[in-house]
Amino acid sequence: MSGGTDGSGRDDRLHGERRIPAPRAPADDRAYLPAPPVVPQLSHKVLTSLLGAWALAACSAEETAAVEEHLTSCAPCADEALRLRDAVGLLHTDGSLDLDPMLRARVLESCLSRRPARIPVPSWAAPYDTETARLDALLRDIGSPEWHAPVRLKWFDGERQTGRKTTVAGVIGHLTAVDGLVSTALGLDDPLGCGDKPLSPTERTETYWSAAYRPPTRAVREPWRDQSHTLVRTVSFAGRSVSELSVPYGDFALPLTDSLLERAFECWVHAGDIADAVDYPYEPPAAAHLHRMIDLAVRLLPATLAGRRRAGLAGAARHLVTAGSPGRSLHLEVEGRGGGDWYIALDSPAAVGSPGHTVAQVALDGVEFCRLVAGHVPPVEAAAGQEGDREAISDVLFAAASLSRL
Amino acid sequence: MAKDAPPRWDRRMQQRLTRGEAAALGELYDRFAPLVHSQAHRMLDDEDAADLVTREVFHFVWENPGAYDPKQGSMRSWVAWLTHRRSVQRLRGTHGADGAGTGHRDALAAPADGSGADRQEADGPRTDSPDALAAPADGSGADARERELEHLVRRATVAARADYIVASMPAPLRAALELAYVQRRDYRQTAADLGVTGEEARRRLRLGLQLLATANTHPQAGSSPPGYGHTP
Repeated sequence: MSGGTDGSGRDDRLHGERRIPAPRAPADDRAYLPAPPVVPQLSHKVLTSLLGAWALAACSAEETAAVEEHLTSCAPCADEALRLRDAVGLLHTDGSLDLDPMLRARVLESCLSRRPARIPVPSWAAPYDTETARLDALLRDIGSPEWHAPVRLKWFDGERQTGRKTTVAGVIGHLTAVDGLVSTALGLDDPLGCGDKPLSPTERTETYWSAAYRPPTRAVREPWRDQSHTLVRTVSFAGRSVSELSVPYGDFALPLTDSLLERAFECWVHAGDIADAVDYPYEPPAAAHLHRMIDLAVRLLPATLAGRRRAGLAGAARHLVTAGSPGRSLHLEVEGRGGGDWYIALDSPAAVGSPGHTVAQVALDGVEFCRLVAGHVPPVEAAAGQEGDREAISDVLFAAASLSRL
Repeated sequence: MAKDAPPRWDRRMQQRLTRGEAAALGELYDRFAPLVHSQAHRMLDDEDAADLVTREVFHFVWENPGAYDPKQGSMRSWVAWLTHRRSVQRLRGTHGADGAGTGHRDALAAPADGSGADRQEADGPRTDSPDALAAPADGSGADARERELEHLVRRATVAARADYIVASMPAPLRAALELAYVQRRDYRQTAADLGVTGEEARRRLRLGLQLLATANTHPQAGSSPPGYGHTP
């Protein structure tokens, strides 16, 4: 430090630039400045403690003046002040730059092509691995208050759209509770704790929510992420031996491969809910993964249709079809990302969908179809091109929406 | 997520990577990719180059998990060190070639001529190509360029060290700095936001800046982010 000796006049306290040393200006240049702040008498200890706040321009005008006066006469403090102010120059406001979520797949893929994994992640677990990682990246970027942003979960209860209010943290709790079904089926710890726990996703979620003695916070992120990492790791080690394992959901069950795909779908759908709530963009899954999610929904449709028929919510079967034979079919043409052609058997889950027996055709975008399946768009509003048997079309669209739940 | 991974996590991760577990690679990426990418971006100021460094660092870790020595520091600090090393190599490679035609200029700034030539060059895996380091005919020009390059590397290094220090400092200090710097809160408002006394807020701001100031302590070109190996 040099030049501290010429800064003894009160004028220097006013120097706004906070350079060290403050260049001395002629007193008559200062006439336009407001009245100088009253310099409080502060102890050396307090003045020293203010150096950080001073360097960040985060103290009052009086304190700033007191610190700057002090710096003219205290070399150690002046020295530290200079270092701290230089340190402020190293801070920057652009925060963590958004990491392209698609970079993960590219990096992992190129790593694995250079050194193949001895214990690979099964291809059927890849959508779950990818979607949980994408959601986690979104969660990493949101601030503490945003975890309490309201989210309205929507689904189709079979006849109409319904919903349930929660928060961003509550959504993660929901995902944790339902992913726990897969954990339990694999013999891992149940996030709901020990003892007999319900199997239906809705009841599990309500149990999880009501067990929390206060509203969930961002603290839910780590248990959710740990569980998803553990699931991917466990199925990687178990490999093919567990792929046919049945995961019970209460009134139905899915093989593990489909169950993880269903969890990937839910993860994406709810990540979209969260992104909407905190006003972030969120992309649909990669085309190959989206295609598999659509395929799963399509495979579940005939049984759902039969269930709705038994409940009197869908038109009666027109023909008796021998199991394994082609039957009356609806041609679902999914356009865009993840798209393809599917033929959905209309009269029996045991029948085989067939292009030769098509009685109706529905064409819609892949993401729109997923929104329908997620219960985010009512069947009558789904933007779908339609042709042929109107009852068949309506039955299939309603059945698709009925795949949704809390 | 824990900023300072316990050594147990580091050792277990190393074992899993050595075993060739793809799931471990995914977890490694999830934990460290934001650090690697932001550090590379801070040093190279180029999105594509940062993507490429990210890829190269994970390649290296996946192919050489045994190169990590837990005695030298955390896996996080090792990964930061690898990122720094790779970014410096890219800086040297890119600007060694680039300087030949464009003379002296601050290579961290956007190209003044708007050609964006160095941006495009950063796309390819070309860092170690002989051309990049070819000496020009004029010896004094080479010296000046070398000095400029060292200055650039030093600045990028300090910036990367600073980011690493901020990311690794205790959360209460980081939170105080963010409130005061990013959100322009004065220390009394910062104290109120954090639910602490004004005295404590002052202490945190000063301590946080003292830690950050160590990024400037040894700004040699070759020095890496703190925490791994023989760094100060």
